[in-house]
Amino acid sequence: MADVVMRIWRGDSEGGEFQDFPTQVSEGEVVLDVVHRIQAEDAPDLACRWNCKAGKCGSCSAEINGLPHLMCMTRMDTLPTEEPVVIAPMKTFPIIRDLVTDVSFNYEMARRLPPFAPKDPGPDGTYRMQQIDVERGQEFRKCIECFMCQDICHVIRDHEENKEHYAGPRLFIRYMELESHPLDTNDRRELLREEMGLGYCNITKCCTEVCPEHIKITDNAIIPLKERVVDASYDPVAWLGRKILRRTKKTATEAANHRTDPKPVKASQ
Amino acid sequence: MSTQEGIRPAPVPLVLGGARGGPRVRTLRRDSWKRSPLITQGYLLLFVVYATWAAFQNSNYYVGASSHRDLISPFYSPCIGASCVPGSHGSFLLHWWTYSPALVILIIPLGFRVTCYYYRKAYYRSFWHSPQACGVADGHKKYTGETRFPLIIQNIHRYFFVLGVLLNIMLTIDAVMAFRMPGAGGIGVSVGTIVLCANAVLLWFYSVSCHACRHLCGGHVNEFSKHPVRHGLWKIITPLNAKHMQLAWVSLSFVALTDLYVRLVASGIITDPKIF
Ligand code: SF4
Ligand code: SF4
Ligand code: FES
Ligand code: FES
Repeated sequence: MADVVMRIWRGDSEGGEFQDFPTQVSEGEVVLDVVHRIQAEDAPDLACRWNCKAGKCGSCSAEINGLPHLMCMTRMDTLPTEEPVVIAPMKTFPIIRDLVTDVSFNYEMARRLPPFAPKDPGPDGTYRMQQIDVERGQEFRKCIECFMCQDICHVIRDHEENKEHYAGPRLFIRYMELESHPLDTNDRRELLREEMGLGYCNITKCCTEVCPEHIKITDNAIIPLKERVVDASYDPVAWLGRKILRRTKKTATEAANHRTDPKPVKASQ
Repeated sequence: MSTQEGIRPAPVPLVLGGARGGPRVRTLRRDSWKRSPLITQGYLLLFVVYATWAAFQNSNYYVGASSHRDLISPFYSPCIGASCVPGSHGSFLLHWWTYSPALVILIIPLGFRVTCYYYRKAYYRSFWHSPQACGVADGHKKYTGETRFPLIIQNIHRYFFVLGVLLNIMLTIDAVMAFRMPGAGGIGVSVGTIVLCANAVLLWFYSVSCHACRHLCGGHVNEFSKHPVRHGLWKIITPLNAKHMQLAWVSLSFVALTDLYVRLVASGIITDPKIF
């Protein structure tokens, strides 16, 4: 049993402050255990999201000592206990209450993503994919949608105004999965460049650093997408090659033709 | 068929703004997050200062027949100015260029490294502070990333990759030439030979592990099963690519050390020992 002070953010959209909870930690406990005990013993109205307690549902994301972590996967014995353990809600999203934030930005960006558009099936009416073609996208499917990569990304963390035109790392891995899918026919490159803000990412890799599923977001999704956007928009040789070989699937402008998004609205406060 | 219409769900408006939780502070981190960007900054500055000094020397970059060696500094190869010292395989391509030949040729490795995805991360963090470390507020009020001039130019990286490969071929030829011991018994191996060879090998590893290389060799393919050769290349490059940062630092350091070694031998401070 070790003594520790948990310094937890309490508040809502009206404002808030840190509140200290001195408590005892037993061996093997994770941050979420301690938060639950505080809930049970000291602050029954303390709000936090959780579900699986196994690092698989992605709901318990919070900022522990300044960096996003899953509360259920962060063992107390990995944290320094001489000073209070500081737990704050994810900074990039609007607060609902205490440690719970409104992550709907991510769902809206997911809705803006042009979905999988398979080509025609083979003559026997079925689709077939080879194992090596399946493997590449597999990594991206490990995502548990904890949104910690979106939270840590400075493009929107420090610049709210960029949210309007920035899909963010969680969505970039989805874009890469579909863009490199052998059966997909949509070309999302121009959309990525013009409206999803791929160029805003400066590959400083914080998303990769915080991903609990260890997805190589930057190396395997964002940089390959940037290279694909170069193929489509910045590389005259690639452009010429396409013209000569007639490899264009369809015009990229067509794919980006979706300017029906309503104007963003300001939250009411 | 237009690709989006009909398949795209009706969009709902994006809610922007809204009060954020947590205190208004630069960061809540308490670990030593300042250390890593400082080390990067110091090391890069050190290299830039040394490379600039070496590039302006315009001397002591070639050890020739008088010392029974054929060693040229990677900063000065291929030597294509009017001032190239005799024997340095100079081609006088740019006969009107009378300043240090290094100032011409260094544009290639400089452009290659400046637009490299890894170095971008390194200097955006350590020099530009956007962000200095994860979870630390951006050092700038406005941020447009690589969407505008000048940073949009980073997209030409693949061209520098190609130029870098050409330069590597030249440096590999230099390394092979370094086995010649002019006037002292034909072929041999000296410490200088090994230094030049190691330098060329490291530069090849750095170039091959490049993200643009990974994309051009196989990453752009969607259906690997139909392109076994490209898939094979991609499989070789991918693990190297994961070590790109390490290769970037090792090759950068070794290039400077190679120049230093040739410089010390050429200026007579040390002699290049023959091994066999
Ligand atoms: S690498 Fe790009 S997407 Fe990831 S956190 Fe940094 S800026 Fe954001
Ligand atoms: S990519 Fe990783 S960090 Fe981002 S939402 Fe998915 S699991 Fe979380
Ligand atoms: S509670 Fe499900 S990930 Fe933590
Ligand atoms: S050399 Fe670093 S990414 Fe190309």
